[in-house]
Amino acid sequence: MNNPLSPISLQQDFPFLKSGVHFLDNASTSQRPQVVIDAITDYYTNYNANVHRGIYSWSEQASEAYEATREAVREFIGASSVEEIIFTSGTTHSLNLAARLLGQDLEKDDEIIVSTIEHHSNLVPWQLVAKDRQAKLVFLDTNEDEKIDPQTLRSLITKKTKILSITHTSNVTGYTLPVRELSDIAHEFNIIVVVDAAQGAPHQPINVQDLGADMLAFSGHKLCGPTGVGVLYGQRDLLNRLEPVYGGGSMIDKVTLERSTWAALPAKHEPGTPNIAGVIGLGTAIKYLQNIGLDAIHARVDELYNELWQGIQSAEGVTSFGPKDRAARTSIVSFTVAGVHAHDVASILDESQVAVRAGHHCAQPLLQKWGVPSTTRASLYFYNTSEDITALLNGIKKAQQLLT
Amino acid sequence: MDIYQEEILDHYRHPRNSGSVENPDIIQTERNSSCGDELIFSFKLADGKVAEVMFTGEGCAISQAAASMLTEDITGQAITKAKQLTPDDVIDLLGIELGPTRLKCALLPVQAITKALADK
Repeated sequence: MNNPLSPISLQQDFPFLKSGVHFLDNASTSQRPQVVIDAITDYYTNYNANVHRGIYSWSEQASEAYEATREAVREFIGASSVEEIIFTSGTTHSLNLAARLLGQDLEKDDEIIVSTIEHHSNLVPWQLVAKDRQAKLVFLDTNEDEKIDPQTLRSLITKKTKILSITHTSNVTGYTLPVRELSDIAHEFNIIVVVDAAQGAPHQPINVQDLGADMLAFSGHKLCGPTGVGVLYGQRDLLNRLEPVYGGGSMIDKVTLERSTWAALPAKHEPGTPNIAGVIGLGTAIKYLQNIGLDAIHARVDELYNELWQGIQSAEGVTSFGPKDRAARTSIVSFTVAGVHAHDVASILDESQVAVRAGHHCAQPLLQKWGVPSTTRASLYFYNTSEDITALLNGIKKAQQLLT
Repeated sequence: MDIYQEEILDHYRHPRNSGSVENPDIIQTERNSSCGDELIFSFKLADGKVAEVMFTGEGCAISQAAASMLTEDITGQAITKAKQLTPDDVIDLLGIELGPTRLKCALLPVQAITKALADK
C-alpha cells in the first residue's frame, strides 16, 4: 500500500504538478487533485440541474450532493448543526457577510477589535461597517516578538467592545494566533468572536467549539477545492436572530409586494443559485484531505517547513519577517533579498519554474510596520518536496548573482 | 525569453538621471499598488521642451530600467511629444516581452511622465 504521505504518490494526484512546477504559492491558492476536478465535471456532465427546486431526479441528485457537502463541512469544523454552515464565494465574501450581519447590532461609538496583522479581507469589511454604523476600529497589536499577547487584548476591551475579528494564521508569516485564549477573554465580556481561518483550515484540524469561534470563515480553493466557494460558519442563535443582508430567491418563506418573511437556516442567509459545482468540489476536497488526515498534513508540512525555515535563515543576504519563534509558525515564510526587489526575485524564480508570491500579500499595514514595500513569500502544502525548497534556495542565489 | 537583458541590468545598476532636479516645475509621484513601489519624477521645462527630468524611488529592475531609459529618451524632447508616450514606447525601449504583472512595473514611469505633462 502506498504511504498516503509519500510526496511522489501525492504529487500524482495533482495534474498541474506534473508540469514540473515547484509550486510554493499555496497560501495564495492550492492545487486541485484529479478527484476534485472529476467531481465538478461529473456534476456538469451527468446531473447538471439547480438545487432545492426541481421535482425531478437530477435536481434531487444535485441537491443531495450539495447538502452532503454541508454535512461534510459541519463535521470538518466541528459545528453542531448544518444550519450553521453558509456557503459563500470564499473567505472574502464570508468575512464581508459576517461584518454586515454583525453590523446590525452595532451602535454609534461601539468598538470592533481587529489585529494589526490581518489580511485586507479581515480589515476592510470592518472599516466599511464601522463607517456605516459610526463604530470604531481598535487595533490589537503584536508585541516585540511579533506575536499577539492575549493580555494586550484584555487591556483594549471597554464596555463598548462588541466584536473581535482575528485571523487564525497569518497569510504573511504563517504565525498561528492563540485563538482560544483570545476568544476566552472576549467571551468574558460577551464579545462576539470572528475567526478568519483561510490559512488555518487547510493545515490543521479546525474545531469551532475548541477555538471559541462564534463565526468562522474559510475558502475552498486553499484546501484543494475549487475557486469561488467558501464557508461562513455562524453560531445558530446568532444566525437565527440576525436579519439577512442579501435578499433574493431561496432565502424567503413568504413574499408579498410589501414585505417578506425568511426561510429557516441556513437558506435564510444563502440567496440565489449557489456555486453548486464549487460546493460539490469542496465536499470532495474535504474528503480527500480527511483521507490523508489533517494531522498527517500538518506534520508533513511542518517537517518541510523546518527545511524551508533553516534554508531561509542561513541564506546570506536574506532577511525573513515575523515571529522568530519557529514553533509558533508553519507553512509560510516572507523574506527580502538585499539589493534585489521582490518582483525580480519572483521573476528569476519563475525562470526556474518556482512559483512564489511577491508583493504586499494583501497586508499593507503589516508591511508598513516592517518598513518594506514588498516581500517574497514562499508557502508550502503537503504535496511539496525537498526539491521544491532546493529550487527556491538556488533561485534566490541566482537572483543575487544577477542583480547584486 | 529572459527579461534580464544586459542593457536592462546596466540601466538598473547604473540608473541615468537618478535624483531630483533643482527648482522643479513639476513633481509627480506614481505608485504601483500591487507591490507598493513608488517613483518620484521631477521636471524642469523650458521652451516647450523637457529641459531636465530625474527620478528617485524604489523599484524592481524593470521599473528602474524603464524609468532610466525613458528619462534619457524624453530629455530635450518637445512636451507635446513626451506627453504622448505609450506602453509600446517603453516596451520598444526595453526590447523584451512582459507578462501583464511585470508590464505594470514597466508602465509605472510611463504613467508618471504622461500624468506630469498632461496639462502642459
